[in-house]
Amino acid sequence: MDIAAKTVKIAKAPSQPQEPLKSGQMIRLHIMRFNPRDAASVPHLQTYELEQSDGMTLFMALSEIREKLDPSLQFDFVCRAGICGSCAMVINGRPGLACRALTKDIGPEITLAPLPVFELIGDLSVNTGKWMRAMSERLEAWCHVKQQEVDLTRLEEPMDPDLADQIFELDRCIECGCCVSACGTARMREDFVGAVGINKIARFRLDPRDVRTDADYYEVIGDDSGVFGCMSLLGCHDVCPKDLPLQTQIAFIRRKMVAEGMK
Amino acid sequence: MKVIHTDVLVIGGGLAGLRVAVGARRRGHDVTILSLVPPKRSHSAAAQGGMQASLANVIKGQGDTEDVHFEDTVRGSDWGADQRVVRMFVNTAPKAVRELAAWGVPWSRVRRGDRTVIINGQPVTITERDEAHGLVAQRDFGGTKKWRTCYVSDGTGHAMLQTMSDQAIGAQIPVHERTEAVALIHDGGRCYGAIVRNLITGELVAYVAKATCIASGGAGRIYRVTTNAVICEGMGAGLALDTGIATVGNMEAVQFHPTGIFPAGILVTEGCRGDGGLLKDVDGHRFMPDYEPEKKELASRDVVSRRMEEHIAKGKGAKSRFGDHIWLDITLLGEKHIKHNLREVFEICHYFLGVDPTKEWVPVRPAQHYTMGGVRTNHTGESPNLKGLFAAGEAACWDMHGFNRLGGNSVAETVVAGMIVGEFIADFCDKPENDANIPTGVVREFLQHEQAKLDAILLGSGTEDASAIKARMQEIMSEKVGIFRTGKDLEQAVDELQQLLAKSRRIGLRSRAPGVNPELVTAYRTKMMLKLALCVAHGAQTRTESRGAHYREDYPTRNDARWLSRTLASWKGDATLPTLNYEALDIRKMELPPGWRGYGAKDYTDHPDTAARQSEVDAIKAKVSDRFERQRALMPFEHLLPKPLRGRNERIDERFPPRQMSKDLPDSEFAWESE
Repeated sequence: MDIAAKTVKIAKAPSQPQEPLKSGQMIRLHIMRFNPRDAASVPHLQTYELEQSDGMTLFMALSEIREKLDPSLQFDFVCRAGICGSCAMVINGRPGLACRALTKDIGPEITLAPLPVFELIGDLSVNTGKWMRAMSERLEAWCHVKQQEVDLTRLEEPMDPDLADQIFELDRCIECGCCVSACGTARMREDFVGAVGINKIARFRLDPRDVRTDADYYEVIGDDSGVFGCMSLLGCHDVCPKDLPLQTQIAFIRRKMVAEGMK
Repeated sequence: MKVIHTDVLVIGGGLAGLRVAVGARRRGHDVTILSLVPPKRSHSAAAQGGMQASLANVIKGQGDTEDVHFEDTVRGSDWGADQRVVRMFVNTAPKAVRELAAWGVPWSRVRRGDRTVIINGQPVTITERDEAHGLVAQRDFGGTKKWRTCYVSDGTGHAMLQTMSDQAIGAQIPVHERTEAVALIHDGGRCYGAIVRNLITGELVAYVAKATCIASGGAGRIYRVTTNAVICEGMGAGLALDTGIATVGNMEAVQFHPTGIFPAGILVTEGCRGDGGLLKDVDGHRFMPDYEPEKKELASRDVVSRRMEEHIAKGKGAKSRFGDHIWLDITLLGEKHIKHNLREVFEICHYFLGVDPTKEWVPVRPAQHYTMGGVRTNHTGESPNLKGLFAAGEAACWDMHGFNRLGGNSVAETVVAGMIVGEFIADFCDKPENDANIPTGVVREFLQHEQAKLDAILLGSGTEDASAIKARMQEIMSEKVGIFRTGKDLEQAVDELQQLLAKSRRIGLRSRAPGVNPELVTAYRTKMMLKLALCVAHGAQTRTESRGAHYREDYPTRNDARWLSRTLASWKGDATLPTLNYEALDIRKMELPPGWRGYGAKDYTDHPDTAARQSEVDAIKAKVSDRFERQRALMPFEHLLPKPLRGRNERIDERFPPRQMSKDLPDSEFAWESE
C-alpha cells in the first residue's frame, strides 16, 4: 500500500474541546503514522473520517478504523476500561488514556500521536513495557521482604488499616507512561526514572514489609537520574490518569533524599 | 532458525503464569515467560472485587472454614467441579492470601469497633473484634455463606498483579513481552515448548522447554458483549486444541456476569452487590427478592444473570436507545464508601457513562465474563494426554469451577493454581527422564510449518475478510450461544460457525505491511477462535440438560443421571467440528453428593448413586465430630497437594499452639497420607 499517497495536510486541531458532538456527525482523526520496520515508511499524519456514535471512545473509533478503513494501523488496547495503562497516547497534544477518551468531548478534529520518550513500535504503539521493566530493575522496585519463605499456615502480620490504604493509594499506578511523556527532564535525560519511578520508591518506602532504609533508596534514586533530576515542572502530576499525588510524593522523597545525602 | 532453550516455558504473564514462574524459579529452574503485553497489563488486573479465602477475620466471616468454602464452591459449580481439586484449592487459598500479604499486597485491613454496613438494603451496625484489627478484611460476595472475599479496595487484581510482577522482576525472571505462542512443539505424546511469534518484528522463534505451561486466560472475545480484555481470545486453549492430542474441558460452561455496564460491557464489580447494592427494574422495583427470596442479589452469577434476563423478557427492563437494561443502585452505600471502596466503579461510571453512581443508578446487563472451560488437566495441572504440557488459571479446566464459578474464586484460582502447579512443574523438571530430548529437525519442521501457514495467509489469493468473519462469529455467539440456549438456536449457530470456519481458510489480507501486521494477527487468531466457538456451541448443543451457567430452555433441569460428566473436546486435523467425549464424575467418591444448590431451580434428576452416597456421607458425619477427621473420612485430598503447601490454616478462632510447636504439627497431628 502506498501510504505516502494518502497523506493529507491538515489544519491544526483545536486545543479546546468544543460543544459535545451529536450522533451521526462526522469526526476526523489525524493519526501519526510510521512503521519503522518498513523501509518505505516515512512519518506523516494520516486522516480518517468516521461517523460519531453514542458513547464512542477512541478505542471504538480506532478499532473501527482498523476493521473497516485501514487494517495496517498499529495501536495498543487491552482492558479498554481505563485500568491497564496500555493505550496511553498523545491526544490533541496531551498524554492520556485513549480507551476512556470520549470522541464527543475531544472532536470533531482529533489528532493522535504516539507517546514521546518511549521506543516506537509503529504508529500509536510504543514500548512502555521495556522502559518500565528497565526502570524497575534499576530501582529494584519490588518489596524487599525479610524472608521469601513465610509460614503460610500462620495468621498474617497485622497492618494498620490506614497504612494499607495509603500504600494502595500509591500502588494504583498503572505504568501507562503518561507522566514520563509529559516530563521535561525525561526529554533531556534518557536515564531519568520519571515520576513513575519516584512514586514507586515512595510506595516501598511507606511499606513496613520492605526492609530497605533511606540509605538504600538514596543509592538508587539520589542523583540527577533520580529525584534530583526533577525540575518541578510537574507535567506528570497534571496528566496522571489515576490522579496519583505525584507532586507531593516527589517533594517528599526529594526532602528525604536531601536529608540522607546531608548525613 | 532461532531457538531459545529454557527449563520452563510459561505462556501468559498474568497472575497464574507469574506465580507458576516464581515457584519454578525458586526451585532452581530456568524459567521464561511469554506475554502478549507487559505483564502488569494482563487481564488479571481487571479482577476488581476480590479473592476468596476462608480467613474468617471479619465478624461476618466468623465460623468460616475450608469446609464452608468447599461447599459454596461445589454448589456454585452445580456439582460439575472435581471435588478433590476444590479441596486442594480451598486449603491453599488462605496460604495464597498470606503469601501475598508478606510479599507486598496492600490488602484492605479490618478496623476494630463499630461500623455501618448495608445488608439487604438496610444499614446495620456490626462490631469488629479487637483481635482482628489489622488483619486482612473480607467482604460479601454472591453464592457464599460467609463474608470471605479478601480485597484491596476495588483494585484487588491490580494490586495482586503489581506485587506478583514485581516479585518476578526481583527473581530476575525474563518476560519476553509482546510475543505470542502460535503452536506447541510436540511429538504426539510429549510437549517440548512452542513456536512463538514476535509481535514487534513478526519473526518466528522456537522455544524449547522441558515443561510448557499455558496460563493465557480465557476466551471471552469469542463473544460480542464481554467484560474481557481485548487480548482474551482463548489462544492458550486453542494451542492445546490444535495439537489434536490435548483436550479442552467443559467449553460450553460460559459465565455471564450480571453487571456489565450497558452497552459497553465493561465490568463493575460484584462488590457493588456484595457491599449492599441493589438491582432495580424500569419501575424502580427491587425484583431479585421476588425470584430468589434467600440469596436475592447475591445468588450465584448464573442465577442472577438469568433472573435479570427473565425480568427483561417480561418487559420490565429499563428502555434505552441501545435496548433494555436493568439498573444497579449503589447510591445507598454513600459517597464515602463508593469513592473509597468502589473507586474503580466510580471512575468507570464517570468516564464511560457520564453517570455519578453516588447519585444516579447505573445501567447494567449481563455480559460474557468467564470461561470455566479450558485445557483439561489432572490435579497436578498437567494434561493427561500430552506429557509436559501444563495449564493454570482461567486457561485451564483443572477443574474447580465446574459449570459455574463463584465470584472471587477466579483471582484466587490464579495464585493458588500458580503455587500448586508451579511446584508440580518443578518436580517434573527435577527428574532426569523429563529432559527435553528433541531433535532439532523436529523443531525446524514445526517452525517451517508455522511460517508456511502465515505465508499462506499473507501471500495467498484468499478474499475473505478476517475482521468480518470474527465480528460475525461474535454476533452468533452472543445471539445464539448466550445465557438462554435452545436446540434450534444452537443448531443454527453450529451450522453457521462451520461455514465461517470454511471461509476462514480463505482469508486474504488487504495489508502486507512488514512487522507484526495487525491484520495478519486477526487472521490467524480468528481461525483458532472459530474452533473454540465451535467447541462451545457444539458442546452446548450436545449437552441436553441445564447445569450452572449452561442453561437449555428446552432442557431446563439438571440431569445427573445422564450428564454428571465433564465434556472433553479435541480437534482432528481438518475437521469442521470437535470430537466430544465425556468423563464421568464419580458420585461414590464425592464429599458433597449432588443436591439443591440453595438458590435457583429446585428440581433436578438424581443419579442412581446419589442416595447411597448421601447416606454414607450422613453416617460418617454423624459418627465423626472433629471436622478434619470427618473430612478425611469423606474424601482424602491432603496427599494430592505438594508437600510445602500442606497444613492447616490458622484463624482467630482456630489458633495454633505457640510457634515453636508449629514445625511438629504436620507430622504429629495431621498424619498426612502419602501415596
